Amino acid sequence: MIKDITIGQYFPGNSFLHRMDARMKIVLTLALIVGIFLCRSLVSIAVVVAVTFALIFVSGVPLKMVLKSIKPLAIIVAFTAVLNIFYIRGGTTLFEWRFLHITSKGLFTAFFMVVRIICLVIISSLLTYTTTPTVMTDAIESLLSPLKIFKIPVHTLTMMMTLALRFIPVLVDEVDRITNAQKARGADFDSGGLKEKVKALVPIIVPLFVSSIKHAFELADAMECRCYVDGKGRTRMKKMKLSFKDFIALLVVAVIFAGIILCNIYFKKVV
Amino acid sequence: MDNAFIKFNNVTFSYTVDEETGQRIKPALKGISFEIPKGQFIAILGHNGSGKSTAAKMMNGLVIPDEGEVTVDGIPTSDEKRIIDIRKKVGMVFQNPDNQLVATIVEDDVAFGPENLGVEPAEIRKRVDDALKAVGMYEFKDREPHKLSGGQKQRVAIAGAIAMQTECIVMDEPTAMLDPRGREEVMKTIKMLRDELGVTVILITHYMDEAVKADRVLIINSGKAVADGTPREIFKDVELIKSLGLDVPQATELAYRLNKLGYKIDYSVLDEKECADAILRLAGVV
Ligand SMILES: Nc1ncnc2c1ncn2[C@@H]1O[C@H](COP(=O)(O)OP(=O)(O)OP(=O)(O)O)[C@@H](O)[C@H]1O
Ligand SMILES: [Mg+2]
Repeated sequence: MIKDITIGQYFPGNSFLHRMDARMKIVLTLALIVGIFLCRSLVSIAVVVAVTFALIFVSGVPLKMVLKSIKPLAIIVAFTAVLNIFYIRGGTTLFEWRFLHITSKGLFTAFFMVVRIICLVIISSLLTYTTTPTVMTDAIESLLSPLKIFKIPVHTLTMMMTLALRFIPVLVDEVDRITNAQKARGADFDSGGLKEKVKALVPIIVPLFVSSIKHAFELADAMECRCYVDGKGRTRMKKMKLSFKDFIALLVVAVIFAGIILCNIYFKKVV
Repeated sequence: MDNAFIKFNNVTFSYTVDEETGQRIKPALKGISFEIPKGQFIAILGHNGSGKSTAAKMMNGLVIPDEGEVTVDGIPTSDEKRIIDIRKKVGMVFQNPDNQLVATIVEDDVAFGPENLGVEPAEIRKRVDDALKAVGMYEFKDREPHKLSGGQKQRVAIAGAIAMQTECIVMDEPTAMLDPRGREEVMKTIKMLRDELGVTVILITHYMDEAVKADRVLIINSGKAVADGTPREIFKDVELIKSLGLDVPQATELAYRLNKLGYKIDYSVLDEKECADAILRLAGVV
């Protein structure tokens, strides 16, 4: 299960989205997310859904893979929906039984919440599907570089992020290995109450901790061997450059944004 | 020898310090001295714990001697200000590929070294592609390292060292995780590095068949250099090699055992062909 986490999962390709500058992609993704939350009318939410599907199509990432990224959220989405349905009051009452009320506003709010969360997750996972983690951290570094004025070690932070992304799968494998090794020695992880189960984790966590430190030392050696000092004087193989298509994308997103706001103004607001 | 590239001069080093006396105990290297000239392909042998990895880490200043001195192209590794100059000359590949790969995409990892050196982007691209082709991993350039096999990861690590275009590459058991075919490819890569690019290669290995291909073999035993010479000179002395806890190449082993059985066969042979020739010579066929 733990292996299915999709952080920084890149889907190789050569689509418009793949070729866009990562900085622009991040900024526009954030803009779209803001747009999603500005939706008030049914027409504007329809626009958002259409845009989301258009983006999936443009990215060339298989629909199935995109949907996989929503699956872990199903429970949260369902839970929010139910809460909204029963708690929000307003509009016409459709159903009433003792303390339970379902109102039209509650239904709309729940519907908007579900659509918003799904679109948000799809759009942000498209960002990671079309951007390699290295490029992503480079872009974040570049976007955050103004913070250097405040003496914030932006490069170090983004390097830590890269290394964390690199080592998550290594540590996941390690957990598997240690668990199996302890099982082979007779450890029992499945029976007993909560207390026993937590106790049983100790023989996994301690070796994991030791091996993480060992990884860290060896990695530091390897990085030193490859002349890593800090961000100063480093060049990049993949140079970031804004190009014509990035401005087209900017224009498109601006139009979408304006569209959402206009729809809010000219069509009936339901939430 | 004045053209020595790497020079160990009476080097002593120990990892552990005695808690009571504050003295360094259980030295990993005990007054070892040797020189490696430019362009040589040298194999370092020795049983587990003999100090090979420690010696390797001294060659680019990861470990600094307690006593004695290591110099690289005339620069002492203890000179902290010039350590980057040393690391620009000596690349390193370790045994465990998992802990050497930094980036989340293969080609980005190979680019890591040249990026640190401040090489121009176009030039990095070229070096990365060339290095990946040299180790036969070009098709994997967009993959994630954790989805590669151990041997494939190791080849990426070697590509990372090649892309830095150092004058010398130290490899600490790079083939320990590889299958026979992967080992053969690494050996081919080493040969290419030495013959075509003139890179000095230091190979630490437990495989005698790899050591045979080197220009020179150095055997370390409990922190001291105990034998040094061409593979032929070294493996001739089968008893000595065995007493050091090592094996001789299989062909040598066969000839040696035949000799023990009473066949007057010359066992200073290094590969199958020489062995067969020696047998034929004994039989009077040639
Ligand atoms: N980080 C360390 N801390 C303490 N002792 C160490 C450390 N690394 C190595 N040693 C000790 O130093 C000695 C030499 O180790 P070294 O790793 O150089 O051996 P090696 O020849 O590379 O062995 P192998 O063939 O197993 O790789 C060993 O006795 C080992 O126990
Ligand atoms: Mg070793």
